[in-house]
Amino acid sequence: MLFISPPTYIAAVLFLSLMGFLYWAILRGMVNTPSETLPTVQFFSIFWIPVFFVVPLLTMRSIAGERSIGTLDTLMTTPTSRVAVILSKFAGAYLFYMLLWTLTIGFPLLTQKLFPHAAESGALLELAPLAGSFLFLATSGLLFISIGIFASSVTRSQLVAGMLTFTTLFVVIIGGQQMGNLADAGGDLSSWAVATVNYLQIFEHLDDFSRGIIDTRPFFYYASTSFLLLGLSTLVIEAKA
Amino acid sequence: METTPSIRVKDLTRQYGALTAIHKVNFTVNPGEVVGFLGPNGAGKSTTMRILSGIMSATSGSAWVGGICVAQNPHEVKRKIGYMPENNPLPDDMRVVEYLRFRARLKEVPGRQLRAAVQEVMEICDLARTARRKIIGTLSKGFRQRVGIADALLGDPEVIIMDEPTIGLDPHQIQGIRKLIDNLRGKHTVILSSHILPEIERSCDRVIIINRGRIVASGTSAELREEFLPGNRFSLVVEGTDTAVATCLAQRGLDAAILESTLLAENRSRLILRVENDGDLGPQLMQALSNHRDFTLHSLAPREPNLEEIFLAATKRSWEETIETKPKITA
Repeated sequence: MLFISPPTYIAAVLFLSLMGFLYWAILRGMVNTPSETLPTVQFFSIFWIPVFFVVPLLTMRSIAGERSIGTLDTLMTTPTSRVAVILSKFAGAYLFYMLLWTLTIGFPLLTQKLFPHAAESGALLELAPLAGSFLFLATSGLLFISIGIFASSVTRSQLVAGMLTFTTLFVVIIGGQQMGNLADAGGDLSSWAVATVNYLQIFEHLDDFSRGIIDTRPFFYYASTSFLLLGLSTLVIEAKA
Repeated sequence: METTPSIRVKDLTRQYGALTAIHKVNFTVNPGEVVGFLGPNGAGKSTTMRILSGIMSATSGSAWVGGICVAQNPHEVKRKIGYMPENNPLPDDMRVVEYLRFRARLKEVPGRQLRAAVQEVMEICDLARTARRKIIGTLSKGFRQRVGIADALLGDPEVIIMDEPTIGLDPHQIQGIRKLIDNLRGKHTVILSSHILPEIERSCDRVIIINRGRIVASGTSAELREEFLPGNRFSLVVEGTDTAVATCLAQRGLDAAILESTLLAENRSRLILRVENDGDLGPQLMQALSNHRDFTLHSLAPREPNLEEIFLAATKRSWEETIETKPKITA
């Protein structure tokens, strides 16, 4: 259903145009004021901008749309299990989300192809930060997409699902950062609270990943929360079919 | 050996909070039967069908499909059921053939037989040539219903449940769907709901009338006629007064009552008679009513009560029975 519906492609076009524009802006910025960070690292540090609109657009239709037109009922009368329904909705949106990010590799490739002398090739396509950032996107994507799927499972209105996803993503991404700032400013939090706040810092995770520090804690955070949300979504469609 | 009924429902009750949608519903449907579920809007038809197809659970009571308990093994029951919900929801962006192949995969039709199975149901529903590659969103209502029925037929289920399959269709389309249902008779057990009475009367072997969540009548049209509107009915057009006709019939020893009298023109009216006597009543009536000086008989015809009258009588009786109790059934 995801691949035949126009909103999917609208999200894809918006995503790629915006990210292309941002990549160009980053490169321009670097031409004017030399920076120590690699363009790739800078590019991925603004991952939250597309996440805020692409994830709601990709997931809001998944279950809420089916429920509002009634096809969820016909789906539930087939011998398919509820878990399979949720997992396939999740897998479709997640793979498409990752496909979109994979397409952004085209930006440095294109830059290198068109302006071979303008940029040092190593700086644009350095493997380690690219791999680290993609690993981050792949793991954090689990959580983002499952937030969208859960929001879509609790309502029959796509609009409500979209708004719920956007708000939750905002709280998870920006809220974690703000809590980190508060902790830094106050400085009197007990050690367990600091650990918890650090555990939820999505931007810190990206920093670590792009510098090549692969910690198991973020993996656990993203995978467990996503597992929990998908489990809850299964229970919701079981009860509210 | 006794055959297992396709559907058996025992004391099925479903409550939505304080509202009781269906209350202690019991019925049995045998293999190959076409059964009509009849009731006014909100009587509990859809609720019963949704429970049978495993979408919704019952508050109490049990239902078996093909001998398997719906509550205990919903997964297995879904393999035996083809369900077309009310309003027939379909994804507008897909093509007919794509949608049916997708549904066939969901219904666990083996990969090798998938194309053949989809082709077969499209041919049964007359979609193969006309609408195969069309986008569902552009189809007319009649074709959409066909797609819904084709979907219900996929995977060769033992039981097919259709909730209002002919709603919103024009008479030609209704006739097409009726023929389709006729073709299913004997091969599948079919339950269809409707509040359109001639529809059910023509397509179904048996009728279950449900009102305010309770089954008020069940049987063939003939059995229901016997139960709810007993006696022989005749329709006659006479020129003269009703009282003259009544007196004449009484004199001839016929136990007749005038149920309805409609004035057609000056001094001419149509009467509906109910006669309780046995035997060949047609000739007796003709003999009694011809050559009478107080009135002239213009026409005389036996009148079979249609399902509409039976339905009205059955639902009226159920209203009268429950009028004393607190009204609590909606849905």
